[in-house]
Amino acid sequence: MNTVETFRTGLEAVRAHRLRSGLTVLGITIGIAAVILTVGLGEGAQQQVAAQISSLGANLLIVTPGSSTSTAGIRGGFGSASTLTVADATALASPTVAPDIAAVAPTVSRSETLTAGTANWTTTVVGTNPSWLSVRARTVSEGRFLTQADLTQHAAVCVLAPTTAQELFGGRDPVGQTVDVAAVPLTVVGVLTPVGASGSSNQDDQAVVPLTTAATRIFGGANRDAVNQILLEATSTQTLSAAYQEANDELLALHGITAPASADFSIESQQSLISTATSVDRTLTVLLAGIAGISLLVGGIGVMNIMLVSVTERVREIGLRKALGATPRVIRRQFLVEASVLGLVGGVLGVGLGLVGAVALPHLVHDPIAISGAATAGSIAVAIAIGVVFGVYPASRAAHLAPIDALRSE
Amino acid sequence: MTAEHAVLPAEGTRSHTWDAAGPPVIELDGVTKTYRTGTLEVDALRGVSLTIDEGEYVAVMGPSGSGKSTLMHILGCLDVPSGGVYRLAGEDVSTLDETRLAEIRNQRIGFVFQQFNLLPTLTAWRNVELPLVYAGVERHERRERALAALDRVGLSDRVEHRPGELSGGQQQRVATARALVTDPALILADEPTGNLDSSSAADVLGLIDELHRAGRTIVLITHEPDVAAAAQRTERIRDGRIVPVTDPGTGGHR
Ligand SMILES: Nc1ncnc2c1ncn2[C@@H]1O[C@H](COP(=O)(O)OP(=O)(O)OP(=O)(O)O)[C@@H](O)[C@H]1O
Ligand SMILES: [Mg+2]
Repeated sequence: MNTVETFRTGLEAVRAHRLRSGLTVLGITIGIAAVILTVGLGEGAQQQVAAQISSLGANLLIVTPGSSTSTAGIRGGFGSASTLTVADATALASPTVAPDIAAVAPTVSRSETLTAGTANWTTTVVGTNPSWLSVRARTVSEGRFLTQADLTQHAAVCVLAPTTAQELFGGRDPVGQTVDVAAVPLTVVGVLTPVGASGSSNQDDQAVVPLTTAATRIFGGANRDAVNQILLEATSTQTLSAAYQEANDELLALHGITAPASADFSIESQQSLISTATSVDRTLTVLLAGIAGISLLVGGIGVMNIMLVSVTERVREIGLRKALGATPRVIRRQFLVEASVLGLVGGVLGVGLGLVGAVALPHLVHDPIAISGAATAGSIAVAIAIGVVFGVYPASRAAHLAPIDALRSE
Repeated sequence: MTAEHAVLPAEGTRSHTWDAAGPPVIELDGVTKTYRTGTLEVDALRGVSLTIDEGEYVAVMGPSGSGKSTLMHILGCLDVPSGGVYRLAGEDVSTLDETRLAEIRNQRIGFVFQQFNLLPTLTAWRNVELPLVYAGVERHERRERALAALDRVGLSDRVEHRPGELSGGQQQRVATARALVTDPALILADEPTGNLDSSSAADVLGLIDELHRAGRTIVLITHEPDVAAAAQRTERIRDGRIVPVTDPGTGGHR
């Protein structure tokens, strides 16, 4: 008996018990759809987070004060008295010291209340240099960004992020207007292009001023050379790790630290931020997919149950087929085909339902769902595998029925 | 007894004959069969020795429970003896595996059962073609041969009917068509007329007689003397043993 005949017989058996087969298929369908949707939701969330983080700047390295290894002795003043200085940033900007670093932007930041006429608004004031724009991968929608001249002259100018501009000036053009920050009047010279919110810090709500102006005229304080962060831009994605190494070596040398483990600063890449953020999502995805997987397992047990019922119910038919010359192999294959047809149909319907859900759900929960072709093909393969795996036992039971016992049973 | 297949009208091109000079078709030597149900043992056959030559038409008679069906199941390789030797065409069946036995059932034996044993979901011709499916015959040829077999049993006009839409006599004729569609050398019939009225019974017996005349070896199980009368030879079985025939004319030991 050839494969075509085996398939025909299997399909006929599935068709002969439409309701029963339909219910079994339903179990698989729901399981597959659940897996596709949960994995898709998780993937979507991961992609969203990754996209948001990389929008903060390509090839970005962030140097922060404090030790990156908490196990190695005392942490160096994390968040308090900064161990990073403007001099560090200047050294890193040298192409001979760090050839793989394209741009360096030291930053100081603090929350301040901005006043424009009667409007006031509390936001983050960032003091930095002109490189900040390219390091952060931002653009200016109106006016201009900070210049080297602003920096050397301690100019009383600022560039507003769009939300901040909107809050302070409403619909009016902010360029050329004056904003008071800690009693210092600053002239607005430009407005940043919006990039959207990301995590805790809203990149569309801040005011950028020259580093020198911030240190001497706005924030003041004892250590005017200290900076909160140094942002580094590598020349390309490929040179990111070389840039990391150069920055690390140079800062260790500048700070006179011999053991890398006791470094008083830490360097993070966007990549590590992405993996931290997405690993949380991944854990959740795995958990949800696990639950969906259990429903798939239940669907598989449903297939086995139905196939066992089918074998018991058709003992006479099996006996007769054997009497007429069906070998154990042929009988086994017939039942395996039946089970895998149930799995296949369930898989295809499940993928269909999953895709419909992927289109419909984002409208309800406002979360993106990423459906990959590989996951879809994988689901169908899993569904067929479920049919086969859970069909093996009933099939071999059918194959090994003695023809006469089978024929005699009523 | 030698056989001529030429008489066979429908499938003259295909036949399985055992070498006429070779061993007998069926050779039972002290065959026993014991059924075990829990602690209870039932000796259904207690040492049956029987030889049937090619082309013979043998009736097996005996009272209910004497072991007739058990004997037929062993002859048809549907069951295996508990003791003794069964040689089918000279081959000891206890040496054959399940796959080989399935092949033998498929190619050499045709069964007609008392309860017809048709698959209710399949139409008449699909039931008849089943043995050919397992023989690996190509689809077009299967249909042709199934239709020819149904024509032989006089059911050309019921080809697309399901068993539920046929009378008992018609169902048994479909079953007979199924038994002869592979052109087997041995036909085993277990009370084929047991569930039929006398005119349907006569139809089925006529078909069997025709097959015999075409050279088939026939073993017919019955407990009706007039059915057995059609056979050339009658074996009587009682309590699992073959008993000598005292008077062939007046039936069994009831
Ligand atoms: N599967 C079985 N398990 C236990 N005992 C069985 C089994 N099959 C048959 N028997 C017993 O074996 C004996 C012979 O049974 P068998 O079916 O061969 O009788 P039979 O001659 O065909 O009777 P009938 O004319 O009523 O069909 C009976 O006593 C029966 O109870
Ligand atoms: Mg019987």
